[in-house]
Amino acid sequence: MHYLFEPGLFASGPVRTALLVGAIVAVTSGVIGVFTVIRGQSFAGHALADVATTGGSGAFLVGLNQFWGFLAAGIAAAALMEGIGVQRRRGRDVATGVVLGAALGAAALFLYLGTLQTSTTGASFTVLFGSIFVISPDTVPALIASGVIALVVVALLTRVLLLSSLSSDLARAKGVPVRIVGMVYLAALAVSVSLAAVAIGAVLSTALLIGPSATALRVTKSPGWAMAASALTGVAATWIGIVLAYDSFYWPPHGHGWPVSFFVVTLVLIGYLLTYVKRPRRLAPRSPHEGAECSPA
Amino acid sequence: MTNEAAQRVAAAQATQPDLLTLDDIGVRLGGRQVLSDVTFSLRKGEFTGIIGPNGAGKTTLLRVILGLLEPSGGRVLIDGEPVDSKSKSAIGYVPQKLVIDPDMPLRARDVVGLGLDGHRLGFAFPSRQRRDRIEAALSDVGAARYADARVGELSGGEQQRVLIAHALISRPKLLLLDEPLANLDLKSEQEIVAVLGRLAREQQIAILLSAHDMNPLLGVMDRIVYVANGRVASGPTDEVVTSEGLTRLYGHRVDVVRVQNRVLVVAGE
Repeated sequence: MHYLFEPGLFASGPVRTALLVGAIVAVTSGVIGVFTVIRGQSFAGHALADVATTGGSGAFLVGLNQFWGFLAAGIAAAALMEGIGVQRRRGRDVATGVVLGAALGAAALFLYLGTLQTSTTGASFTVLFGSIFVISPDTVPALIASGVIALVVVALLTRVLLLSSLSSDLARAKGVPVRIVGMVYLAALAVSVSLAAVAIGAVLSTALLIGPSATALRVTKSPGWAMAASALTGVAATWIGIVLAYDSFYWPPHGHGWPVSFFVVTLVLIGYLLTYVKRPRRLAPRSPHEGAECSPA
Repeated sequence: MTNEAAQRVAAAQATQPDLLTLDDIGVRLGGRQVLSDVTFSLRKGEFTGIIGPNGAGKTTLLRVILGLLEPSGGRVLIDGEPVDSKSKSAIGYVPQKLVIDPDMPLRARDVVGLGLDGHRLGFAFPSRQRRDRIEAALSDVGAARYADARVGELSGGEQQRVLIAHALISRPKLLLLDEPLANLDLKSEQEIVAVLGRLAREQQIAILLSAHDMNPLLGVMDRIVYVANGRVASGPTDEVVTSEGLTRLYGHRVDVVRVQNRVLVVAGE
């Protein structure tokens, strides 16, 4: 007989670290994800995650914390994407596909070499599927600081990002440096993907980026509420995922916990599906006299 | 109006400086001269239509005025001065065919709010005054009823009104609209034209609107800028839209036919 909230749960150092980092990651991904979805950049999120995999596995190989690998590769990829971003759409798709394939190929090599070095598959699992229970306490301040910086940057750019998502010409006509704003945003996205890669793995990081925000966008209609709902959904999925993963030590096969990532990603999916249970609110039925308030003189 | 009053109005108009002047503007795009010798001006409260076939350069012309495109020659003047960031704020802009995703988390009132301060950093500080201004702009275009609806879920005509309110809230002296009547049903088209005509008359906003069909605008348009063949002809509609005038502009025979208060421009034999 055991309880979901075991007495020792919140006393455990790794669990407390996991809850803290999980919250930071979920809030960052949730808020930044709202803009990723409305700017139609979820593919950019995927691409950054793929390249981050290379960086994370490379960092592991040379004995650095994988977060720095994720971050360096993510930022470099963001700069590269911005560099080729203005070219023909079709050419861009093909180029991106080839580059991403090569990046994942390099990741495969690094992870294989890592396996030879340590004779375990721990590295592969940590890089690809996350390591929220084994975060070394000395990287926690860096994780928190990166998340806070990315959040502050995006908060400052909120209105400008919304205006340029509505129409980049409209923003440009108002004097907004659309190109620079896009670059800064992509850098913030790279930070957010790196954080999510630490928590639930490089492969799954976009789930935390896109899932909660897609869910929030279905149930809210103003930007402020969308960001709040997205962050809360992400935190809920992450925290419940952590608690369930901790509890899963008692599940079969006994004594081996299930991966946190599995729970988080599944909860994100459930949250998204729930928004389909109830039809999203529609506008009040339109009156047949739509222009009644405007008197065409 | 007495004769004396008419003279006074004419004198006032003559001395009133032009709000916007395009002086000998030329535009090259990709090594090709797409517009040349573009000269026209417009005054406060005037409704001007930029009319011409698709691809004639109407959008290009609007982009030059907005400063989004550098002309290869000539000058754009606002109140007689070259455009700077300050005078640019006197221009409101409604871009062409925005596709707004229904998922976009923006209500009509948020879009209008972005017109007020969307270029600034940080969050908008909610205040009574801000709210009142947003609602006034929405009422001005008859869009107050759907202030809280998501823009992506509104009809084309409703979205167009919201975008006009977005442009209007910064109290521009000049409103540029790029094909605002495209893809609208006839009723919405008439309503948008009526809203714009009223803004020009009551708020003395100069309106410069591009369209490929001049007919919906004939009742409100003070002047026309006809774009064809890389050049423009401008002036009162009746003077510009003639068979001789347009034949000269197009460089080949064109017939202007008037049927029941509508104007048709057709290629001649």
